[in-house]
Amino acid sequence: MKTQTAYNFPDANGKFGIYGGKFVPETLISALDELEKLYRAARQEKEFQDELDLLQREYNGRPTPLTFAKRLTDHYGKAKIYLKREDLCHTGAHKLNNALGQILLAKKLGKTRIIAETGAGQHGVATATVCAKFGLECVVYMGEVDIERQKLNVFRMKMLGAEVIPVKSGSKTLKDATNEAIRDWVTNVSDTHYIIGSVVGPHPYPMIVRDFQSVIGAETKEQIKSFENRLPDYVVACVGGGSNAIGIFYPFIDDENVKLIGVEAAGYGLDSGKHCATLTLGEPGVFQGMKTYLLQDANGQISAVHSISAGLDYPGVGPEHSLLKDIERVKYASVTDNEALDATLQLSKLEGILPALETAHAIAYLNKLMPTTNKDELVAVNISGRGDKDLNTIISQIGEKVL
Amino acid sequence: MKKILEHIEQVNKSGRKALSIFLTTGFPEKENFVELATTVLDSGADMLEIGIPFSDPLADGPVIQASSQAALENGITLKDVFYYCDKISVKTDKPLILMGYANPILKYGIKNFCKDAQSSGVSGLIVPDVPLEEYESFYADDFKNFEKILLTTPTSSDERIKAIDQQSEGFVYCVSVTGTTGIKSNFDENVLKNLERTYSLVNKNKMLIGFGIANAENIKTFAPYCDGVIVGSAVIKKISEAKSFSEVGEFVKSLSAACAK
Repeated sequence: MKTQTAYNFPDANGKFGIYGGKFVPETLISALDELEKLYRAARQEKEFQDELDLLQREYNGRPTPLTFAKRLTDHYGKAKIYLKREDLCHTGAHKLNNALGQILLAKKLGKTRIIAETGAGQHGVATATVCAKFGLECVVYMGEVDIERQKLNVFRMKMLGAEVIPVKSGSKTLKDATNEAIRDWVTNVSDTHYIIGSVVGPHPYPMIVRDFQSVIGAETKEQIKSFENRLPDYVVACVGGGSNAIGIFYPFIDDENVKLIGVEAAGYGLDSGKHCATLTLGEPGVFQGMKTYLLQDANGQISAVHSISAGLDYPGVGPEHSLLKDIERVKYASVTDNEALDATLQLSKLEGILPALETAHAIAYLNKLMPTTNKDELVAVNISGRGDKDLNTIISQIGEKVL
Repeated sequence: MKKILEHIEQVNKSGRKALSIFLTTGFPEKENFVELATTVLDSGADMLEIGIPFSDPLADGPVIQASSQAALENGITLKDVFYYCDKISVKTDKPLILMGYANPILKYGIKNFCKDAQSSGVSGLIVPDVPLEEYESFYADDFKNFEKILLTTPTSSDERIKAIDQQSEGFVYCVSVTGTTGIKSNFDENVLKNLERTYSLVNKNKMLIGFGIANAENIKTFAPYCDGVIVGSAVIKKISEAKSFSEVGEFVKSLSAACAK
């Protein structure tokens, strides 16, 4: 591994090495500048941190547990496996960590209207939740394909008082919902704050979302130290846009002996052309405000991608992951739809935890990782969300296996 | 290559505001695109903005999004864009400007892009997802022979508008409203105030107003605050609805007439 003497990104220009930046229409520059200035000040303020900590504790339910997975560990008979339980966050996934932080920023900015994009619906639900709690108007953009496969979350958002706008353009999934949210923001920037749900988009979003999510890794570090008196040997997380992964990786980046592994969605298989393995098979380009690895065709058009999990169904990835790949600090692997479905059943039956299909990609990678580990090693897996939202998809895919 | 700035100066000297018309390459059809472009130029457009279709045009509203999607379905690539620019540029003395998003240009390769754009008679470039902050990272030396046009918006501060004016070449593209491209047709007092502010701050360059212009009346409203106007969505919509290119030509003539004093 090439070592970094001091990992300190993004730089003053919002770049992670050559990645990131602000590739957006001029209209948004002033809002991005204002957001960055306000955020940099807020994170130094004790009052802001105290308010956020209180919300994380008393509303979100943090700290989330780090659960020793005894039967899963016995199943492989190798390293000990710990599960970081973001599925136990209020609303069922890590997404609320970020939404809580950003709603406080929106309040400070004096914005009265909140917009968000969502794929699996977890970020949409988290945003609708904080808007309900703080009494702000909420509009969520969601692709028509995702609305169909995540009906439960659409209903939840509506119950929480959000308006869900179906996106009919392009592939009708997360990337198109993001385009539509950006177009809304360009139009209504004076009264609207855009709560981006992952570590993607223009600077300062990848930094802000990472910082709010890194509570996951910070807690994991303390918890595993208290159980084992040392750091884990491996940390594993799924990667779509990459917010849960950055959240758990970031506090470990300077701990060079901790191996970090991001697991992408290989869909029907890497050679099928129908996958979302952006870091595995993509190449650098510019998309949705950032320079980053992308899945694109020979003419630079963004590819139609596929994953069984709506939350990973995205042709780009957070720019910090692009840097972490290039400097070889994180290893990126991938698993298929079918491997993820099997892992969903496996974790349900062995640990009594039904993971989200996104999360199941990280679990599925254990089949590849565990045989290479030793009994005295430790593996931490980020259980980024729970799988209740995916029951329709799971029933239609493997219903007969369960019955 | 024709210089855009000089061309606008000439048009203004003749007592007219410059009229720039946006067309999406290969829309509505590949086969007669050169004929469409020639019709628009012959009907009084002073220059053309040739759109490079992109799968994810996030600065564009529904009309241009749809034309971009249709062009991609017609199989348009950057190679085709250069082919048509070449065919159009030999027929006219008016400048051609390419307008497109960063990614297809990066994928084509900066060196190849610049070489092919130059040899097909392109004078300038507008890349809406490359603001001042990314100017250095995107516009390598290879772009030195093109006039690189930057945009201002109602959210740009006075200092930024001055900086954009310093960096921009050809003209400054003043976006009339916050929002995506599309037909707006009524503009309130704040819009006009902002145009007046921007026009007073743009001193090095000529300034053209774009976004939202629907008709001749809008052009007359904007005329005191600019050196020219850009019409995109309204023309694309007309192309979609028109039974013949001559109808498109008539519409452009009405816009051109409004550009005369």
